[in-house]
Amino acid sequence: MENRLTTLFTRKEKNILSIYFTAGFPNLNDTVTIIKELERNGADLIEIGIPFSDPVADGPVIQHSSEMALKNGMTIRVLFEQLKGIRRSVSIPLILMGYLNPVMQYGIDDFCRKCSEIGIDGTIIPDLPLEVYQEEYKEIFEKNSLSNIFLITPQTDDERIRKIDALSNGFIYMVSSSSTTGAKGSVDKEQITYFERVQSLRLNSRRLIGFGISDKTTFERASTFANGAIIGSAFINAIEGEISIEEKVNAFMQKFVKTSII
Amino acid sequence: MNYQIDNKGYYGIFGGAFIPEMMHQNISELQNCYMEILESDSFKQEFKQLLTDYAGRPSPLYYSDRLSKQYKTHIYLKREDLNHTGSHKINNTIGQILLAKRLGKTRIIAETGAGQHGVATATVCARAGLKCIVYMGAIDVARQAPNVEKMKMLGAEVRPVESGSKTLKDATNEAIRDWINNPVDTHYIIGSVVGPHPYPDMVARFQSVISEEIRVQLKTKTGRETPDYVIACVGGGSNAAGAFYHFLNDPDVKLIAVEAAGKGVFSGESAATTQLGRPGILHGSRSLLMQTADGQVIEPYSISAGLDYPGIGPMHANLFATKRAVFLSATDEEALKAALYLSQKEGIIPALESAHALAALEMINFKTDDIVVVNISGRGDKDMETYLNYYQLIK
Ligand SMILES: Cc1ncc(COP(=O)(O)O)c(C=O)c1O
Repeated sequence: MENRLTTLFTRKEKNILSIYFTAGFPNLNDTVTIIKELERNGADLIEIGIPFSDPVADGPVIQHSSEMALKNGMTIRVLFEQLKGIRRSVSIPLILMGYLNPVMQYGIDDFCRKCSEIGIDGTIIPDLPLEVYQEEYKEIFEKNSLSNIFLITPQTDDERIRKIDALSNGFIYMVSSSSTTGAKGSVDKEQITYFERVQSLRLNSRRLIGFGISDKTTFERASTFANGAIIGSAFINAIEGEISIEEKVNAFMQKFVKTSII
Repeated sequence: MNYQIDNKGYYGIFGGAFIPEMMHQNISELQNCYMEILESDSFKQEFKQLLTDYAGRPSPLYYSDRLSKQYKTHIYLKREDLNHTGSHKINNTIGQILLAKRLGKTRIIAETGAGQHGVATATVCARAGLKCIVYMGAIDVARQAPNVEKMKMLGAEVRPVESGSKTLKDATNEAIRDWINNPVDTHYIIGSVVGPHPYPDMVARFQSVISEEIRVQLKTKTGRETPDYVIACVGGGSNAAGAFYHFLNDPDVKLIAVEAAGKGVFSGESAATTQLGRPGILHGSRSLLMQTADGQVIEPYSISAGLDYPGIGPMHANLFATKRAVFLSATDEEALKAALYLSQKEGIIPALESAHALAALEMINFKTDDIVVVNISGRGDKDMETYLNYYQLIK
């Protein structure tokens, strides 16, 4: 299977910078502007969050952005409408990230077909378990050239990581610590043990580290243990406020430019 | 027909374990070992002994003369309100604390709506010497104040939840987040037959003592083991699961589940999931769920904190889909009236949740020789403020 995601990973090995944001936040129609500004500023890939009323894997920041986005009227339908012509101007990989229920209500088949039509390259559905994906969804996702991304955590044992590796065709999302999104902090000893354990497995899949990556320092540090890292809550925090969305995205991204260009 | 879970943790199309990877380790550990633990002799013996000596089981099956006369039939009340801590919730928390100890867990978390499950959890944690944290929606903290004080006195920490609708659904979200952040030392004692497999089955098994006793007690009192009707309220559905459990395969026993209609099923302020919901996924299982066309969970409403939940357990979704159980609903008003009636005719003040089950007596045409069992899931102490406000209004 080939898509922009797999192409990115053959082209770039290190310091891959992925940014997550919640579609519909801070304003309903910021989606396309945010994507364009992120690409212009050197993001390597973008995770577009579909808001859900009950995001159990998320901490306060993404809970807040999801709640605001829903208030603003964001739905999967609206999002697809906004993204319709996105491939005329944006070429980096785009991933949709959201909980299973809204996707299920939209209809899995329709959802995948629409993603492929628009030029979405992958999905992250945290509450879709591996086993269910394998049995019920894999075929339809792959038919539409969608890479479904799985998470691993410090609790995931080697055997399961290998199983996930075999099933992955995008990258493996390494949750940096046992936590919901937005946990703060530096990279501690326990995490390094986990990162090194995963490194030593010599997996086929590329790995990005996410959760708790908040600035250039944590990004660079995490990137030494994987192919890159993912920033979510810190970016969401940075784009709330009065000034224009372009300026906010620019200001945040300037801090990363040096590291994201090889 | 089989109404129990299959080997993958599904009741028909409902159930399963739709959990983020962060919970995988704990959930698969539970899936792999819960049956072995529950079936072990040492567990069975300890569980039984505590139910008897600590919780005060068996709870009486009481023939209500006056309700029987009123409804021209034979009505028995299963007195879960007489259990230690005042509701059926203690059956489950005793079971789960014994399990948690066997898993080597040292920290317990729970969600609570009415506070009954919170109190029952705080109680068993006190006895077991385990740290206890209870998540409770901020609205429920206010409307069930006596239970908050009880939990604190028992040594638990009560964390008010300010997100979403500030009720049971949000308390459950917050408990799940806590577990994700504390996967190693913590066990999550879910309070109803909801959540990812194996919780619905495990909690139903712990609560099944209710129907196990009803069979024995009915036989002694009437010569028959099976009634014509079993009536129970449904929030997540644990007291109903327990009251139905040993009658599931007796097709002549009519199972009546009563949901909270709030201000009316179609008023926009209701928690009648089977009437308002569609299949969906919340809190780790596929079940019926009140949701928008886009799959966002709708905030439910009921005057009763324990029934104020936008879903029902997957077992009940399957009982509904297969028509094995009949689902009725009672409004706030109907429940309040039923509570007052039982108080003044029988001298029993029921919990607001249980009052919904009693309200269903008005909706069914019984035969004079029917035997009807109503599960009184809890007592009304925690609801006194709500009751007083209402009864002053109607005076
Ligand atoms: C007395 C009582 N009955 C019923 C319920 C509803 O829960 P379930 O549907 O799991 O029995 C509660 C929940 O708090 C309760 O306190």
